[in-house]
Amino acid sequence: MSDSATANRPASNAPSAGLLEGIVQAEGYKYGFITDVETEDAPPGLNEDTVRFISAKKGEPAWLLEWRLKAFRRWQTMAPPDWAKLDIAPIDYQAASYYSAPKAASGPKSLDEVDPELLKTYEKLGIPLGERAALAGVAVDAVFDSVSVATTFKDKLADLGIIFCSFGEAVREHPELVRRYLGSVVPQGDNFFAALNSAVFSDGSFVYVPAGVRCPMELSTYFRINAAKTGQFERTLLVADRGAYVSYLEGCTAPQRDENQLHAAVVELVALEDAEIKYATVQNWYPGDENGKGGIYNFVTKRGACRGARSKISWAQVETGSAITWKYPSCLLEGEGSTGAFYSVAITNNRQQADTGTKMIHIGRDTSSTVISKGISAGRGQNTYRGQVKVLSNADGARNYTQCDSLLIGKRCGAHTVPYIDVRHPGAKVEHEATTSKISEDQMFYCQQRGLTAEDALSLIVNGFCKEVLNELPMEFAVEAQKLLAVSLEGSVG
Amino acid sequence: MSKLLEIRGLRARIANGREVLKGIDLDVAAGEVHAIMGPNGAGKSTLSSVLAGKPGYEVTGGTVRYLGQDLLAMPADERAREGVFLAFQYPVEIPGVNNMYFLRAALNAGRRQRGQAELDAQQFLKAVRERLKLLDIGDDLLRRAVNVGFSGGEKKRNEIFQMAMLEPNLAILDETDSGLDIDALRAVSDGVNRLRDPARAIVMITHYQRLLDYIVPDRVHVLADGRIVASGDKTFAAELERTGYAYLGDAA
Repeated sequence: MSDSATANRPASNAPSAGLLEGIVQAEGYKYGFITDVETEDAPPGLNEDTVRFISAKKGEPAWLLEWRLKAFRRWQTMAPPDWAKLDIAPIDYQAASYYSAPKAASGPKSLDEVDPELLKTYEKLGIPLGERAALAGVAVDAVFDSVSVATTFKDKLADLGIIFCSFGEAVREHPELVRRYLGSVVPQGDNFFAALNSAVFSDGSFVYVPAGVRCPMELSTYFRINAAKTGQFERTLLVADRGAYVSYLEGCTAPQRDENQLHAAVVELVALEDAEIKYATVQNWYPGDENGKGGIYNFVTKRGACRGARSKISWAQVETGSAITWKYPSCLLEGEGSTGAFYSVAITNNRQQADTGTKMIHIGRDTSSTVISKGISAGRGQNTYRGQVKVLSNADGARNYTQCDSLLIGKRCGAHTVPYIDVRHPGAKVEHEATTSKISEDQMFYCQQRGLTAEDALSLIVNGFCKEVLNELPMEFAVEAQKLLAVSLEGSVG
Repeated sequence: MSKLLEIRGLRARIANGREVLKGIDLDVAAGEVHAIMGPNGAGKSTLSSVLAGKPGYEVTGGTVRYLGQDLLAMPADERAREGVFLAFQYPVEIPGVNNMYFLRAALNAGRRQRGQAELDAQQFLKAVRERLKLLDIGDDLLRRAVNVGFSGGEKKRNEIFQMAMLEPNLAILDETDSGLDIDALRAVSDGVNRLRDPARAIVMITHYQRLLDYIVPDRVHVLADGRIVASGDKTFAAELERTGYAYLGDAA
């Protein structure tokens, strides 16, 4: 699964109306509402002027504009990857607008200054910012479209020297840190979507945890796509200095749309010596209607570098949304004795397609990695686990354990497992286990005979199937995720 | 009260297959224990499946009244919540689902149906401890996933424990004795005997007479070729043990 294999091909993004085709009413999506907020959008289209417009809007320094332009020029030479088992209508990258910001973007100093419409949106999502943060002890850096509108708990974190802010703010306040680490894990030309993101990224989150500091709370960000026809290009950079610890939660949900929406995010994690990063995601973007129309296209590059000895990075994800998911949160195990982990639940229902997995690259000595993937397919969903384990020739004592389980609900869905194992060290221990099972009628009947409804029975069985992954999520997320699994599978049993 | 369960002329077949039940008549009153015996293939397990509402069977005739209601009109989960419990011959494994969690979900589903308040964690634990004591079983099964890695005896004990927790009006025990050694059989039977109750009817389905040495029934029925061909009191079972089912085949 070489991301760069397609880089030498000429760009051939023939314009197509595919992106705008699906004008559909899908009433089933709980979070399908659109907030009416005036936006200041970039005109549709993508060229160097667009990149300059975005950079200027954000008041960025010259080095960052140059960095974006370099990415853009690289992107123009690239073609979208075609190795995933995904059926994607051609995307017209010139039809989308690449910047949208709430109009009063001068930066609110408190919740009182936040547009009430935005706050209502959060309420519909069940995320009353202040209360939720106070009750759960979670700091929230809420991203609404492209500009961060509210940040809480900042002072408490600042006392510990922890920086948790929007990416834009980090560029202004901590340019040396951003400059040192930006693109150091996912280079601008890493792949087609990462290059696109590098050119036009809107905003995102920045976290720096100084040496020896254990972040006392879960850091949480809620992403929300809102403005029509606006691609969303989040950029997240998280650095844990020597001996630091941080747990980061990312949850996403988006309003109902009548066309596919492009999303290409990049997340970079850096763990220095003895540092530990836990990164958890619940992804619940609009998946499209039962015919697959209107859902989010989700092309994400997430990668963490275990730079220092004994550093640890763990990815946990629950992927239930999006029409298309293309996502391989990965670990570069550079430091001696460093550890990478990937825990994933991916659900595809109706016409959803997911091609997701991980890359564990063993570079240093005594590195170890664990991969636990649970794929659930229902309806006509297609679910592919694609994972690479690579052990380089100097990685003495490298170990990997991979377990991929697939669960099928119904007869029209598909589950696929595509492992790539590339071992260049004779002493490496690499284990791969894979199972595929169907939810049995016996299991369903057993639960129903004890009084559970068909929906509750299915939810129980599926949650049991995903247990090892759900256990890796922070408690409040695990509860949310369990509910989400049930909602995602609604209507898949008769 | 009158009959808890009234079966009249019940006919059923395996979906798109042969007819297995060919006109069953059976009355069971609250407080009674009935044993249904018979050779393999007679329709014993089909009867328990049809009463519990298992998919894959088609009722082709007859009626079943349960507490005055039309049992066959209810979906399986509703029957369960209304107090029909089936102890499975082969209890099903549900990986990753904790036994206690499962049982609490089941118990509260029934309580909701009856308009009772759900039990919180503490109330539930208290109820669990009482039943464990009543049945004289340890709590080792509770921490594990539902039936996963259980021995045959553990699975059957878990079924009886679930029955104790759910307190059904009608308990159908499907070959609960199968696959048990004598100690396990005794333990399971003791549990069932402690759950005998004036308000509860128990229907035991078994191939072997030995179960009836431990759980003494009020009535014994012989099921052969889809019909109840003979019935009697508890002494009738011993008679069957001596003579076998063969003569009934001739009589039928």
